[in-house]
Amino acid sequence: MTDSAPRAPRPLLRAAVLTAFLVAAWLLWSGLYKPLLLGLGVFSCALTVYLLQRMGYFSSSAFPFRYSPRLLGFWGWLGKEIVLSSIEVTRHVLAPKVEVSPRTVRLDVADLNTVDQALLGNSITLTPGTLTLDVHEGRILVHALTKEGADALKEGEMQRRVRALRSR
Amino acid sequence: MDMFNDVLSWILLTLGGLAVLIGGIGALRMPDLYTRMHAASVTDSLGAILVIFGIMLQAGLSLATIKLAAILLFLLLTSPTSSNALASAALLAGTRPLDDADPDEREDAS
Repeated sequence: MTDSAPRAPRPLLRAAVLTAFLVAAWLLWSGLYKPLLLGLGVFSCALTVYLLQRMGYFSSSAFPFRYSPRLLGFWGWLGKEIVLSSIEVTRHVLAPKVEVSPRTVRLDVADLNTVDQALLGNSITLTPGTLTLDVHEGRILVHALTKEGADALKEGEMQRRVRALRSR
Repeated sequence: MDMFNDVLSWILLTLGGLAVLIGGIGALRMPDLYTRMHAASVTDSLGAILVIFGIMLQAGLSLATIKLAAILLFLLLTSPTSSNALASAALLAGTRPLDDADPDEREDAS
């Protein structure tokens, strides 16, 4: 992740903002202010920030600011895809005779940032009918339930949308 | 308005229950591990989304709804991760997926 992402300015500020956000989330969501729970909250927040620091989250800008609003749009589109492909898979499941044409395809994603590769892989798995088997050296190995599903994936709309999340 | 919310929420919950059921039926009917996982992911994705949206309508505009939204987000982030773990473990263990493609345009899983 740190290899391709540019160095981010002011890692300390980023860490401080995130810590404040985590503390606020803990306080708001538990709504209980007993010493034990507050102690656990401090522990969780500190552990989270420490782990993120070890992952290089604060020193790399893997998530530029413009990412977040675009991600909401992507989730909306992904939700629509999940509904459509669920209906498709349901049709195959409830058919009198199960007629599927499973196959494995490779997607070339070497041009995507590793974070985006993970996002794409998870989105593929989340959509019923396609399943990410492996992500390795810029290639995603996908198992599809039907030929149609595999062809739709190779056509590459999801990949285009993931790439657009990061473009300027 | 309350009536409308209730009806919509029950529709969502019923459809969600159906999606879970279909995932279960599919997991039994499909021919091999990977195709079974495709069927089961109807339960994972659509079932979870519909059921949680249904409960959100019951909870109304409250902190509970925000918590439910967070639960949905975490479910949708973690369930593909566990599916990937299962699929790649099966692949590493040597379970070959069924392949219907023509042998000459096959893209091998190894």
